[in-house]
Amino acid sequence: MAHRFARLLLAAGALIALLGPARAADADRRVIHVLNRLAFGPTVDDFNYVKAIGVERYIAEQLDPAAIDEPIALRFALAQLDTRGLDAVALRQLYGPLRTVDGVRPTSAEIRARQVRAQRVVRQAEAARVLEAVLSRRQLQQVMVNFWFNHFNVFAGDGLDRVWVGDYEEQAIRPYALGRFRDLLFAVAKHPAMLIYLDNTQNVARGLNENYAREVMELHTLGVDGGYTQNDVTTLARVFTGWRVNPPNSAEFPGVAAVFEGSRHDYGPKVFLGRRLVAQGRAEGEEALEMLAESPATAHHISYELAQYFVADAPPPALVERLAARFLATGGDIRAVLASLFASPEFWDSAGQKYKTPYEYVISAVRAAGVPVNNVRPLLGWMSRLGMPLYGCQTPDGYQDTEEAWLSPEATMQRINFAVALARGFLPLGAEPEPAAAETGREPRRPDPVDPARLDRIFGATLSGSTSAVVAAAPPVLRAALILGSPDFMHR
Amino acid sequence: MTRSEFSRRLVVRAALAGAIVPLGRGAWAATAEAGPGRSGSGGPKRLIVILLRGAVDGLNVVVPYADAAYYEARPTIAIARPTEPGGAPALDGHFGLHPALAALLPLWRERGLAFIHAAGSPDPNRSHFEAQRYIENGTPGCSTTADGWMNRLLQALPGRRGPTDAIMVGPTLARILFGAAPVANLPLGPGDARSMPIDRPLLAGAFGRLYAADDALGAAYREGRSARARLLGDLAREQDIAAAGSPPPASFAARAARLGRLIGGDERIRLAFVGLGGWDTHVDQGGGKGQLARHLGALGDGLALLARGLGAAWRDTVVVVLSEFGRTVRENGDRGTDHGHGNVIWVAGGAVNGGQVYGEWPGLAAGQLYQRRDLEVTTDFRAALAAILGPHMGLADRQLDLVFPGAPPAGAGLAQLLAV
Repeated sequence: MAHRFARLLLAAGALIALLGPARAADADRRVIHVLNRLAFGPTVDDFNYVKAIGVERYIAEQLDPAAIDEPIALRFALAQLDTRGLDAVALRQLYGPLRTVDGVRPTSAEIRARQVRAQRVVRQAEAARVLEAVLSRRQLQQVMVNFWFNHFNVFAGDGLDRVWVGDYEEQAIRPYALGRFRDLLFAVAKHPAMLIYLDNTQNVARGLNENYAREVMELHTLGVDGGYTQNDVTTLARVFTGWRVNPPNSAEFPGVAAVFEGSRHDYGPKVFLGRRLVAQGRAEGEEALEMLAESPATAHHISYELAQYFVADAPPPALVERLAARFLATGGDIRAVLASLFASPEFWDSAGQKYKTPYEYVISAVRAAGVPVNNVRPLLGWMSRLGMPLYGCQTPDGYQDTEEAWLSPEATMQRINFAVALARGFLPLGAEPEPAAAETGREPRRPDPVDPARLDRIFGATLSGSTSAVVAAAPPVLRAALILGSPDFMHR
Repeated sequence: MTRSEFSRRLVVRAALAGAIVPLGRGAWAATAEAGPGRSGSGGPKRLIVILLRGAVDGLNVVVPYADAAYYEARPTIAIARPTEPGGAPALDGHFGLHPALAALLPLWRERGLAFIHAAGSPDPNRSHFEAQRYIENGTPGCSTTADGWMNRLLQALPGRRGPTDAIMVGPTLARILFGAAPVANLPLGPGDARSMPIDRPLLAGAFGRLYAADDALGAAYREGRSARARLLGDLAREQDIAAAGSPPPASFAARAARLGRLIGGDERIRLAFVGLGGWDTHVDQGGGKGQLARHLGALGDGLALLARGLGAAWRDTVVVVLSEFGRTVRENGDRGTDHGHGNVIWVAGGAVNGGQVYGEWPGLAAGQLYQRRDLEVTTDFRAALAAILGPHMGLADRQLDLVFPGAPPAGAGLAQLLAV
């Protein structure tokens, strides 16, 4: 009897020993899943942190970014970027094209010098974006900034948007990234970067430009099947006549970058989406934006895109419907919609189903590798080479977020080349931020090779069997590259 | 005979046939030998599509110099008449060619180059990305078509398909090649053929084991490896060609030359796609010289090198150059042109019945314009492509309908476009 009992105990012990690692791997998998989706993948520190506090608490924390302290290294790095504190008017004055003043035209040498100077602004915006994506502890905010910027895409190569793209992100996108969709839509509509990019600054009563009116419905709110007609596009263009970038020599509002100019507005009667609008100048545009923000088509369109980002390329329709209902019930509260999404079984069942975009791949590799980053230029170069230059999407629909758009033979080769370069310490990420490097004449510093043990601490329990076997059989010097270039790491 | 023996023999034959094209005698030697109106070599039929993204100004590519309205609408950017200094060389009594495209004139004279004027998409959209989507998915007005027409074409071609039947130049796949059939992309830029980590045997061995699975990633990996292997092989051949007066690696020219040699040396490649940007000339477009002229010059040189690289395969190749829409007839206040409607489609190749400007010319007078501002579209781009795909790739109407569902039939006016 005692023997039998002892045998049972032994068997139970063996069972626990067998199940233990499996359970640990499951727990690791949930942690990595949450960090793959709410963050740009795990770092060792974030991985250990979420393991310690649990995934539910981490999600709750991430939904309230203002309560999270940022690392001093990030705050210090951002403080070096001196153009970030300037508003849109100052950016144009200091870095925009030179104008003829009192009949004195700038020389071509001066114009060229100004163009070089303007590069500084976009370079700093790029540095800020990448440093925050890599280092910030408010990861969900960085994820949502990237998501909303892409949703409301502008192109940094489009005239003055070179000097305004960073301000657009900081003023029109970031403050509302987890706020109300309506506020986001309004901030975007009134930012000079969008007024330039979608040409509304040229939209006047005597010569309509439909570009913004069309895209605000097709891409920003209702969606292409949102039930609007060509007449609605034309009417909405008339509604937005007079919304423009304030000219640099404006005497009336010298400190404002975007204005409504009544003399350019079409005050005729208008019927938009079946509703008669009262002729009231600027407020007409705001009324139209409210209508668009409140539309069930918008709730559905935004919910679809969120579910596509956080769950699957073809998101489950039932989930999209639930999120859309939540969107409508909360007046477009993005935080509330995300909380529902992160609590959904569809979210938890979708681990590893998303193929990383080049941006996500590069950022997540740097985070997992734990390489110190001062100089982001090599990372930006790789994003371009992989087909996704930062602030470089020329079309207003932004970059696609599907495996179909990004998985290609050449991309696979290049991702592996990047993984090798990063893992072996070939990328000069340690350079001082400019202009210090130029002044000191020091060579950009290259980081040490990535320690595979660091990656093993994060992924050791969850890599697929075949990947683990290949990595274990490889010479130690190749192991980090193999993990970062593995099929496992291409997905999130 | 096993499949590999068979393909090896084909490759050898192609290489030998390519070797008889004298490199120093201009790009069109092969065309001249084949002669217009004669059928090709009997090798596989190829189609190369070059999409000029941003909308090239077709009225300054194939210039309607006989229309007075053309000169009235363009006081500073018109291309001068053939009789004037720096004017457009005459193609016929009505049209001339942009002088920066002089490299293509021998081809025109040898009837290996044709144009279809006033062609384009029937959709009125003047947004670049919408219009490009329609050109690429082949269903104008319907943005929800998920795949591209070149992929549907690949699926419609008879015979077994491999991963390198269709290739494109660029880091990501273009929408025109989206779809069920596998497609390879290559960088082909100067420096892209340099050795990379993945070319090293130790790494390639380990990553080959990592990507051994029979899934989408595994397939992409293997296609990427085989494409790189070909690219590196091409690099070795390039040493010889450089000695024979290879051009400076201006970006498109170098890519085009490589692309031509890749296709010419590999009978498996049936379709190729290249997207080229830089045509959205709203400001300071220039006339016979200037911004557009520089870009056209590079494109013309690139096409010449593409043809030269193809060697004997040129006889079995059709190159189509098109854009998402045309540009306004009237120049704007910034000495440029804005988004318009009709454009010109370029068709080149040994199998082309060239030396002619095809299409019904609607005219440029006020009452003849589309929405009173743009060149009208009298040939649907799908009808133009169908007139090529039918005879050239041997597609029946039923198959053409899979490639361009619901498209109008190719008109009688294009029946002689190919010399088949």
